[in-house]
Amino acid sequence: MVQYAWAGFDDSFAALSDATRRGVLEQLGRADASITDLAEKFHMTLTGMKKHVGVLEQAGLVTTEKVGRVRTCKLGRRRLEEEMAWIERYRQLWDARFDELDKVVEELKQKEKADGRKKRD
Amino acid sequence: MDARKEIEPTPMKNRTTVERKSERELVTTRTFNGPARIVFQAWTTPELFQRWWVPKSFGLTLLSYEADFRVGGRYRLVFSHPAAPEPVAFFGTYLEVTPHSRLVWTNEEGGESGQVTTVTFEERGGQTLLVVRDLYPSKEALDEAIASGATGALPEQFEQLDEILVSLGASA
Repeated sequence: MVQYAWAGFDDSFAALSDATRRGVLEQLGRADASITDLAEKFHMTLTGMKKHVGVLEQAGLVTTEKVGRVRTCKLGRRRLEEEMAWIERYRQLWDARFDELDKVVEELKQKEKADGRKKRD
Repeated sequence: MDARKEIEPTPMKNRTTVERKSERELVTTRTFNGPARIVFQAWTTPELFQRWWVPKSFGLTLLSYEADFRVGGRYRLVFSHPAAPEPVAFFGTYLEVTPHSRLVWTNEEGGESGQVTTVTFEERGGQTLLVVRDLYPSKEALDEAIASGATGALPEQFEQLDEILVSLGASA
């Protein structure tokens, strides 16, 4: 878990150090897009955009697939792994909370039982 | 005839699950060994709520907590941590308060991208299934929350702390 978070960290860091590439990731977070779409959106040549997408692909942040003459880009597996890691951290927070809540619930149950006994006596 | 013993209370710890149910919704579930009435009480009684909402293992200090558990009532939590330069506040408004079954509130510290949280308490044979739904205004808002590393209830400054907890959890 911790290890995979570090594997490829340098690649990701380099990939994300560029504003255009961060923009491309944001764009792909909304919808898949072709390299032509992305080049237009970011006012770039096709060759320039291909380079950026190549860097993102290298880092595992983006995957591309060629269908016919169009190369479509989508968010890559690493992005999904980050999401899974975040969800696991979020789960641990709630789990820690709920462990404490368990104790409070148990205490209230015991208290009710004791109060019930008192009433009957 | 049924040889399974699912109904018997088990001393094992109940599991907390989290799932991204849709593009803009996160759902957390957990079962508690007590009636909904008691779980609801532990949630809506400020003295009790303070005992579990900020788990000791997170190293956070709750500086203040106010909550007015009525429709339209407000809540405000202020935390501090040695790693954060200044205390951080979380606040919002209760949209629904239905005793023993349902709570809905807004999370306003994040501005317009804040989620609406719905908690339901479902009693089943003396146990309570708790479901926490965080509904974000858009897919982008949830993606952003994930990308920033903020865990909803914890501000971004505590991301590093979260990382430490992950490694502690992994080695435990």
